[in-house]
Amino acid sequence: MNLDEAALRHAYETMRLMRIFDETGRREFLAGNLPGFIHMYCGEEAIAAGICAHLTDADYIASTHRGHGHCIAKGCTIEDMALEIFCRRDGLCRGKGGSMHIADLEKGMLGANAIVGGSAPLAVGAALKIKTRGDSNVAVAFIGDGASNQGTVFEAMNLAVVLKLPAIFAYENNGYAEMTGVDYHCGSGDIAARAGAFGMPAHKVDGTDYFAVHEAMAAAVEHARAGKGPVSIECVAPRWYGHFEGDPQAYRTKEEIAELEQTRDPLTLFRERVMAESTLTEADFAAIDAAVSERIEAAMDAARKAPLPEPADLYTDVYEVYD
Amino acid sequence: MAKITMREAINQAMRLEMARDPDVILIGEDVAGGRGCPVDDKEAAGGVMGVSAGLYGEFGAARVIDTPITESAIMGAAAGAALTGLRPIAELMFADFFGVCFDQVYNQAAKFRYMFGGQHGAPMVVRTMVGAGMGAGPQHSQAIYPIFAHIPGLKVVLPSGAYDAKGLLIQSIRDNDPVMFCEHKMLYGEEEEVPEESYQIPLGEARVVREGSDVTVVALGRMVHLAVEAAGELEEQGISVAVIDPRTISPLDVDTILDSVEETGRVVVVDEATPICSMASEIASMIVSDGFSSLRAPIRKVTAPHTPVPASPVLEAGYAPTAASIREAVEAVYNYR
Ligand SMILES: Cc1ncc(C[n+]2csc(CCOP(=O)(O)OP(=O)(O)O)c2C)c(N)n1
Ligand SMILES: [Mg+2]
Repeated sequence: MNLDEAALRHAYETMRLMRIFDETGRREFLAGNLPGFIHMYCGEEAIAAGICAHLTDADYIASTHRGHGHCIAKGCTIEDMALEIFCRRDGLCRGKGGSMHIADLEKGMLGANAIVGGSAPLAVGAALKIKTRGDSNVAVAFIGDGASNQGTVFEAMNLAVVLKLPAIFAYENNGYAEMTGVDYHCGSGDIAARAGAFGMPAHKVDGTDYFAVHEAMAAAVEHARAGKGPVSIECVAPRWYGHFEGDPQAYRTKEEIAELEQTRDPLTLFRERVMAESTLTEADFAAIDAAVSERIEAAMDAARKAPLPEPADLYTDVYEVYD
Repeated sequence: MAKITMREAINQAMRLEMARDPDVILIGEDVAGGRGCPVDDKEAAGGVMGVSAGLYGEFGAARVIDTPITESAIMGAAAGAALTGLRPIAELMFADFFGVCFDQVYNQAAKFRYMFGGQHGAPMVVRTMVGAGMGAGPQHSQAIYPIFAHIPGLKVVLPSGAYDAKGLLIQSIRDNDPVMFCEHKMLYGEEEEVPEESYQIPLGEARVVREGSDVTVVALGRMVHLAVEAAGELEEQGISVAVIDPRTISPLDVDTILDSVEETGRVVVVDEATPICSMASEIASMIVSDGFSSLRAPIRKVTAPHTPVPASPVLEAGYAPTAASIREAVEAVYNYR
């Protein structure tokens, strides 16, 4: 564990923000305050946090429908995200995108994505820009286990290898694609090995272990920044909630879910290890928890009260306006 | 006769056809949801909207086939299986996802019969969900069926309710050409009286939902209900409105529309799709070409604007036509000279 105290605090705070943002968002959704769908990231926080810890605003990520955690890890402002999931006028996408399309180009966040597999080619495009300009940044695609079967993803991986692009394919294997299990939908059962067969280094790590993800990403970023081409990392971290809020989850048992929360909570695992191996204490974590809860309640509260888009906004931003 | 939802009516149609013909299979994502999971619940499964619930339990994994997220392969496999003898029903969860798989439909399935000199077509049905209303945003809310209607070789069905959905789906499954069966997501829960037994509704036969002598409203899919609502209100003002539901947009029942226009001379076309290169344009242009001498006023189109579908519910509410916007258009053509 070669991270200093500031980095440890930041990592935990980031994961805690993701956890509470989604749990509070869920409460708002169930109260009927959010339109559309909401996909919970709980249980997978260590993936986005560990991956994005190595990125700056000049690096890119392309995300998925389950994108809130990615946004937070990439530095999107929580308050602006809250406005967007409430579809408010001043949200990151002016209320036109909503939960599944949060994007913040200034932060290198190329958008959550409601098309499964849409992220991979976009990240390859960002990596192409980086290489063309001669920059040393990287572009990351977050890709679900279900998305890993999509043709667009295979094509993107091959193109990245052929063009030797600084692209990183971050697979989030949470065990399910909607209601279908990974054991059924992924023929070889091994996402990392399949990625490796395209001709790039590919690793498989425990996605509930922040440090494992962090370490794998450190190596991947070094490889990509050095101009050696793409890398894949498969992070395994089970999904706690249903596919979307409202999914009755008839395909798994209540016991499975309860056990996950008890044994595979990335935040608990992080806390326990850090308290054993650093000077951070229970009280330090409690202070972060309290500050995070307060901040998120305030953000959600403000978003709930924020102005709606104006009817005329329907017609804007279809095309660039030249005057 | 029992009242059932459109969701149940579609389920019944598939169930009846699968029981009748062993060549009919259902293939798509989560249509037998739960495969590869700790609990393989044969009854609860049935797609994200529950439309195929129970079929997996009844017909088994060999005929109710769950796939990975792999739409190109789903559509292509359906086309290949159809070319070689099966009658697949391929489910594409949201019509928006055609972006990743349309080649298999429009360059392959739609072309076989013509390109192969009439040897064989692709007797397949693509069931897909269309339309706005759920606040689901730009990539889950589109009404892109005019794109399908543009392709020679494809038939395109757009039921407005449970009764039509059942009869049209059974007909579509038996049709020897590829049929795009577009289900509006906001209609799944709507109930109508539907016979339990099997029946067919021919493709290319419109339904006159309401007779009327002053103005003809041609409305598609969910818009039919709004048109009927507007027509009721207009009747109180003394304007007699005919409402026609084409039910299939390809082939289009031109005669039923023209017969009504001959009587009214005034037309409003209503569709939730965007207006450019649309069915609304197509129907209007057909009437101008073939019913010109009957026309007594310019044709009005009531459609979505030429914009994506916004996620924000307040913006979405201004997106699709409403009974009020239909009424306004009818009044405008009625009062034109
Ligand atoms: C092209 C496309 N196909 C299907 C869907 C419907 N859909 C949304 S999320 C999802 C499952 C995705 O599973 P996975 O990639 O494992 O991501 P997870 O939800 O587990 O994070 C599906 C099938 C979609 N949005 N886009
Ligand atoms: Mg998954």
